[in-house]
Amino acid sequence: MNPLKASVLALSALSLAGVTVLTGCPNKTGDSKPTATEEIVVGEYGSMTGSEATFGQSTHNGIVMAVDEINAAGGIKGRKVKLVNYDDQGKTSEVGTAVTRLITSDKALAILGEVSSSLSIAGGQIAQQQGVPMISPSSTNPKVTETGDYVFRVCFTDQFQGEVMARFLTNPVAQKGLGLKKVAILIDQRQAYAQGLAKYFEESLLKLGGSVAAKESYQGGDQDFSAQLTHIKAAQPEALYIPGYYTDIANIAKQVRALGITVPMLGGDGWESVTDIGGPYLDGSYYSNHYSTDEARPEVKIFVDKYIAKHKKTPDSMSALGYDAMMLLKNAIERAPTIERKAVRDALAATQAFSGVTGTISIDAQRNAKKPAAVLKITGKTTTTAASIAP
Amino acid sequence: MLRRALLPILVAAVAVVLLSLVVPRDSYAEKILFDIGINIVLAVSLNMVNGLCGQFSIGHAGFMAVGAYASIVVTYYGGYALWGEVGKHAGLGGLGIYLVSIVVGGLMAAVAGWLVGLPSLRLRGDYLAIVTLGFGEIIRVLLQATPGVLYPSEMAEVPGLLRPLHLGGALGFSHGQSYNSIAWTYAMVALTVLVAYRLRESTHGRAFLAVRENEIAAEAMGVNTTRYKVIAFVLAAFFAGVAGALFAHQLGAGTASRPEEFNFMKSFEVVIMVVLGGMGSVSGAAVAAVALTLLTELLRSVQDYRMIAYALLLILVMILRPSGLFGTREIWTIWRRKKA
Amino acid sequence: MAAFLQFLFKGISVGSLYALLALGYTMVYGILSFINFAHSDVFMLGAFFTWRFAGAFGLDHPSSVQVAGLLLMAMAACAVTGFLIERLAYRPLRHAPRINVLITAIGVSLLIENVGQLVFGKSVVQFPSLSEASIGFGKHTVMMDDTFTIGGVNVRVVEVFAVAASIALMLALQWMVYRTKVGRAMRAVSVDHQVAGLMGIPVDRIISLTFIIGSALAGAGGLLVGFTYGQIKQPADASWILYGLKAFIAAVIGGIGNLPGAMLGGLVLGLSEQFVAGYVSTTFRDAIAFALLILILLVRPSGILGRRVVEKV
Repeated sequence: MNPLKASVLALSALSLAGVTVLTGCPNKTGDSKPTATEEIVVGEYGSMTGSEATFGQSTHNGIVMAVDEINAAGGIKGRKVKLVNYDDQGKTSEVGTAVTRLITSDKALAILGEVSSSLSIAGGQIAQQQGVPMISPSSTNPKVTETGDYVFRVCFTDQFQGEVMARFLTNPVAQKGLGLKKVAILIDQRQAYAQGLAKYFEESLLKLGGSVAAKESYQGGDQDFSAQLTHIKAAQPEALYIPGYYTDIANIAKQVRALGITVPMLGGDGWESVTDIGGPYLDGSYYSNHYSTDEARPEVKIFVDKYIAKHKKTPDSMSALGYDAMMLLKNAIERAPTIERKAVRDALAATQAFSGVTGTISIDAQRNAKKPAAVLKITGKTTTTAASIAP
Repeated sequence: MLRRALLPILVAAVAVVLLSLVVPRDSYAEKILFDIGINIVLAVSLNMVNGLCGQFSIGHAGFMAVGAYASIVVTYYGGYALWGEVGKHAGLGGLGIYLVSIVVGGLMAAVAGWLVGLPSLRLRGDYLAIVTLGFGEIIRVLLQATPGVLYPSEMAEVPGLLRPLHLGGALGFSHGQSYNSIAWTYAMVALTVLVAYRLRESTHGRAFLAVRENEIAAEAMGVNTTRYKVIAFVLAAFFAGVAGALFAHQLGAGTASRPEEFNFMKSFEVVIMVVLGGMGSVSGAAVAAVALTLLTELLRSVQDYRMIAYALLLILVMILRPSGLFGTREIWTIWRRKKA
Repeated sequence: MAAFLQFLFKGISVGSLYALLALGYTMVYGILSFINFAHSDVFMLGAFFTWRFAGAFGLDHPSSVQVAGLLLMAMAACAVTGFLIERLAYRPLRHAPRINVLITAIGVSLLIENVGQLVFGKSVVQFPSLSEASIGFGKHTVMMDDTFTIGGVNVRVVEVFAVAASIALMLALQWMVYRTKVGRAMRAVSVDHQVAGLMGIPVDRIISLTFIIGSALAGAGGLLVGFTYGQIKQPADASWILYGLKAFIAAVIGGIGNLPGAMLGGLVLGLSEQFVAGYVSTTFRDAIAFALLILILLVRPSGILGRRVVEKV
């Protein structure tokens, strides 16, 4: 036998064998109309490992809590919810595998995910192609929902978030703002999230009459920011806007203060959990977030208490948003005339005034959530609500 | 000679057509097959440099990135320039532009390989490793700094020649079109394997082996070692670029690809495949690629332990059986020996 | 002017850490002619060992004496690690082709990182605070935590300490290599294994010693990095590898196999990074190291202080 022929055949045989083993026997029918007593399959893809693992884990906790509650109360329209989740390791290529598997192998009715916007975009492309509704709990880049009409989110977009901090900064003190105008921006070049947020913040800031004193960038993971901060200090800003992830923020804050820069620092929802590692350097700093644990609304208190009872720590916004995403899905399924993908999608699109832990959510025409943002102030290891800014 | 080459190509074509009929589009199975195919191209191409020529290149993902982005530029911005729209173009036009994009991706990666290889291949082998690693990092940093992808409405604002610079930055090029299919992927696999095998058996291949075994002796015998090292390097980069082009047009995984995906961990994964398969064995690299891709999928739930297992495997293989699975032999020579 | 001095100081501070690591790379390369990819992981371990030891002894706010103690412990632990790596993974491949050892080194690196993730966790780790560590100069006492402003330049005491510690260690190494019998043996082995062995030098033991010393230095570097920045990234984070890569480049710049060269290279790299980041652009700071590498390889491959070595058959 010709050697090359042999190897090509051997390869094909091996691949087919492997694929068969993996995907099991070909599934029966591919219809999305399960029988009455069957479970409703909801898919979740998240980063359980990799650099985004803490976010993925938090979101997962929230979703699981919601699913448990739903099932304890008898399920949706009498049918239990089965949650199938896959780890995407924080990589877009793995997202492709995870989401494809959820949709074609596990026949999920809808899928929930992700936190990181690039991963949500990847997942969304597949969901859109296959006609499966997808809800992202906490991806804030506007491009996510632009993928198509099957992709939704329960959080605000960075466009709004950037505007929030710009408004908070420039609002006069009497209106719970800071009354400042001149800002220096420090951007994480490695994160699309930070780049996007900075861009929208700057746009809003300029519209509100503020000015940018300096703009510097770093690579997420860097340890040393002295060059950037030296430039910033020389520009004498009245505040610093650093829309990065909390892992870098703690380090940056320390160096900011060490360099003698005393002005307040502001950030976005990526700052969450910074109080765990920040130390005293962040006192008097602010960041925008999806909700605040000390809000007066009853839903918040109930959720926070339940979460603490189960996980022994305060829920962050990822968990709250994960919870809300699942609850919103349940709400949509209940409103939908039939339990199938298109109907659920339409119900989601029509959501008005859904009462979630993270606020009253209405889904707008771009499939983003219209809801207010909380601005939190850091004092030591705790945060308090400094302001709430509505769209 | 052509007839001898024709038969395997025919068989491969039949196999591929059968495969694409059996596997449903956009299914889980298709995704796995894509991954396997792309990894085979990556492993077999890296083998040309690491195995056949004995050089140590650990920046293969960087060339893949160059190929991926170059190909997207062709299908996205090129497609817009030709047809005024950015969606996937149907029919022959679409197939044509995809083919062009794969070729362009490969060529751009080859150019990058030439630029990286020429200075560093003159020197000691170890430096090549560092330079290739560094190259990957530089590519990542450069790509991250690019402005956002242009929407059709924004295209008019930017002159045609400058548009390819808009590569999406850290978010990635989230507007790829899913041109890839099993047929394309495995056609490229067949091409890569064919080239690798023919290369090995040719005079170039002999020169590579000479360089691998003893550079000084080879030089003394009149072999221009630098020239051959560069050839191997550029060829390997070309196919890495092709793999990148295939990846970038795969729905979800590649059509939202971002610079972070092409980091040195990806390069290391390809190195592991080449090492385990046997450096110098084309079929070894291919088999290892298949096996490791499947293993990754099977061990998805125990990801941490998988990496530890790979690392231990790498060390043990190097100490106990450095030649890898097939050593420098091919799968059919083993078979033949058993028959005799 | 203040900015220039700030960059200068920072360059020296960062550069001395690169130098500490570069020494380990250059010693191993000088003696075994291969790049020890796993060196950056020993560096990482140094930081994590320090954190664990501090935790074990309940040292939330260590005093200077305790910091010194932690330094010794971290160096010792890393020395042992380095010894084990050489003994178990590299020695069996002493006579194998170089590419094999390089791959093994990558394997060891991946192993340490992933086991580290399991053992030390996957998130960023807080280092103990230095607010109670004091250094006395005659009548003055400063806290390691303090920052002084001298001529418009912000100087952190902990960074001065790091630079001082690095210099002290490097001088100790210089003394050892050039003034002791053991050092002479090391230099002999790096010139030619076989002949050194024939002269009665226990080659294997000298090689082990090289790894022990290099790893101890890396361990010290890990502790210093941890205290300087107050927190460290998780074990598998890319920044550790990047650090090691840059340190190796520093060694190449200074002249690989050359001790003063490694120190010089570290300094050159540290200063270049800071000045380019400061005056040109911060976006491409990581790329500077590789640009310098390519420059040196094109212009003077043997490095600033290196000598051209002709490879004999």
